[in-house]
Amino acid sequence: MSDSIGMPRVRVATTSLAGCFGCHMSFLDMDERLLELAKVVEFDRSPLTDIKHCGPCDIGLIEGGVCNAENVHVLREFRRNCKTLVAVGACAINGGLPAQRNHLDLGDCLQQVYVKRDGIEEGGVPDDPELPLLLDRVHPIHEVVRVDYFIPGCPPSGDAIWKFLTDLIGGRTPRLAHPLLRFD
Amino acid sequence: MQDAERIAAQAVEHHRREPSQLLQILIETQDGIGHLPPASLTRIADLLDLPRSRVEGVAGFYSFLHMEPVGRYRILFSDNIIDRMLGSRGLMESLCRLLEVAPGEVSADGAVSVDTTSCTGMGDQGPAILVNGLAVTRLDEARVERIASLVRAGTPLADWPADYLHVDDNIRRRGALLGEDFVPGAALQAAMARGRQGWLEEVRISGLRGRGGAGFTTAVKWMACRDAPGADKVVVCNADEGEPGTFKDRVLLASQAERIFEGMTLAAWATGARQGLLYLRGEYRYLLKHLRAVLALRRAAGLLGARILGEGGFDFDIDIHLGAGAYVCGEETALLESLEGKRGTPRIRPPFPVTHGYLGRPTVVNNVETLAKTTLIAVQGGAAFAATGTPQSTGTKLLSISGDCAYPGVYEYPFGVTIEHVLEDCGAHDPQVVQVGGASGVTIAGHEFHRRIAFEDVPTAGAFMVFDGRRDPFEMARNFVHFFAHESCGFCTPCRVGTALLKGYMDKLASGKGAKMDLADIEWLDRLLKNASHCGLGSSAPNPVIDTLIKFRPAYERRLVSLDFKPAFDLDAALETARRMTGRDDPAAHLDWREEV
Repeated sequence: MSDSIGMPRVRVATTSLAGCFGCHMSFLDMDERLLELAKVVEFDRSPLTDIKHCGPCDIGLIEGGVCNAENVHVLREFRRNCKTLVAVGACAINGGLPAQRNHLDLGDCLQQVYVKRDGIEEGGVPDDPELPLLLDRVHPIHEVVRVDYFIPGCPPSGDAIWKFLTDLIGGRTPRLAHPLLRFD
Repeated sequence: MQDAERIAAQAVEHHRREPSQLLQILIETQDGIGHLPPASLTRIADLLDLPRSRVEGVAGFYSFLHMEPVGRYRILFSDNIIDRMLGSRGLMESLCRLLEVAPGEVSADGAVSVDTTSCTGMGDQGPAILVNGLAVTRLDEARVERIASLVRAGTPLADWPADYLHVDDNIRRRGALLGEDFVPGAALQAAMARGRQGWLEEVRISGLRGRGGAGFTTAVKWMACRDAPGADKVVVCNADEGEPGTFKDRVLLASQAERIFEGMTLAAWATGARQGLLYLRGEYRYLLKHLRAVLALRRAAGLLGARILGEGGFDFDIDIHLGAGAYVCGEETALLESLEGKRGTPRIRPPFPVTHGYLGRPTVVNNVETLAKTTLIAVQGGAAFAATGTPQSTGTKLLSISGDCAYPGVYEYPFGVTIEHVLEDCGAHDPQVVQVGGASGVTIAGHEFHRRIAFEDVPTAGAFMVFDGRRDPFEMARNFVHFFAHESCGFCTPCRVGTALLKGYMDKLASGKGAKMDLADIEWLDRLLKNASHCGLGSSAPNPVIDTLIKFRPAYERRLVSLDFKPAFDLDAALETARRMTGRDDPAAHLDWREEV
């Protein structure tokens, strides 16, 4: 990537919804290329910066699906602020592992975990308003907001994320060919 | 259970332990038991020396085969858009209410199940149902009430009112094929007098093209089969008329069976085939007895069997195979798979059936109407046949006309007839849309009614569905999309997943939750289906959506909410369980749709 002194840097925000941060770890797997990236990119809200809310951005990277009300708010904030929104990884694209609860009834789940479980004496479903409520099903993010691009993989490799971002920033339609395009 | 095994074993013996007869064996076994219990499948697999998974794979593929018990009366409502316009949905609700059974389920006493099925080919006399595989037409509330009481009383189907099971031909306009009397054997005699080569030459001169939709030149197909290496050639008649809205082959099978079988024999004369197979769609099973009787007559008259009409070396006979409710089997290579007793998964072409067809043998596959037309060529000559129609589409075409018109039925026109001419003849008073060629065909808007039915302009296998100003083109397209999603054979991902996604988008729009983004996604899916599918089913599945999006875009746009994006589900409602479980109702326990972005 060429040095771009004088060019406005691209603002990027990232977040993890119902995910495991594995995609963020993969992001860090870009290793020394992160320094290259830092020359053209400025980070907004992200676990990397600990900025709590997102301002106007060029690119938003979303890891994880949508499992609760807070995920919805965060996702909407990203969509409102990011020109280009990208679903990163299996959970953002398909719901992934958290979506395995989709064939179970949420009420039964909560009962089983907080009320009926062995060893629980005075159980009860937590009702603190601080806790976000769970949606009845886990959704991929494109079922809640418009999504512009998808990077598959569980997680996508650092190479795949690097290729995707350099394409996007360079003005090329992002293209992940074999072997970067993979779903596992 | 021993009974089930015995019935299965009988069916296997009846079909000479021939693995290629597997579908026929499963149909016969189910006829005896009512469904296909696991023990029957195991027994069939043992006797045929096939893996059990192969047998279960076939049983699971066809929608008229059931591995779970179904009602003693199994009632299926034809679910084409035309049946719906005639009130099928309301009648199905009435019947379910009267019989106290939920759609798609078996009644508690096991007596009856009610469900929907793809178009049964009765668009001119719907709403139609199948009762244990036999067609009942012209349903109304009175018939539904009577049917409910017949079912409750356990009256055998044979004792139902005869007019319920009567299917009309409704031939409204006769041309060269339907207008002339036919003396069985006359076409054969004429063709045999010309010799095999001379007969093929007449077919070439006639310019006859396939009537099943693709329009391939018949003489070229026959010559390719004749010249293909391999002595054991086969002629297959494709009577798997599954395209929604078409029923002209049904009328030909009922009224012109002699011509169809003679056409197959003419193909055998041209190619040297000794074996013929007619693949009859399961929905037309009520015609089986009649067709077998015609075959017997022809054998007795020396028109089938060994030394046909005394000609040494001209031996040919015809078997009938039943389908079991799979639209994709109308595709010729899927049909061959099905004839071989397999799942109806289309093959990769080439090689084409003319060199590698039924059991790998050189095979001619022709549509019912194409074969019937060859009898005209034999009797009158190729030049006389080519005198009607247009330069690239010679002869006549049968149209199956249904929908919003006074006189639905079968019409025979010379190729080149304009759509407006047809609309006037069939008494369509306020036509807005005509769907030509069925669900996979072309959507014609008012400004195109001057166009002509011909391979050069609007090609068709024969379906012609008329929609007037009361109808919604979006709902028509949505019905067809549901049809394709149901009929996708599941073999290739673009079609299996693509048709399901397309159905999801159309349903999202129908429920008033569509957004502009969805139209872009639909158009992307249309392209994906068209370009990436394994066979014609997937690549033509988006046709009604593509056409209506171009010609009736407001029908889509008026369903959109004015948002960039709208979820297909209600986010706040999705929190309801958690609200109930926690007893919360504070602001954070809700999601406001007005904040959607």
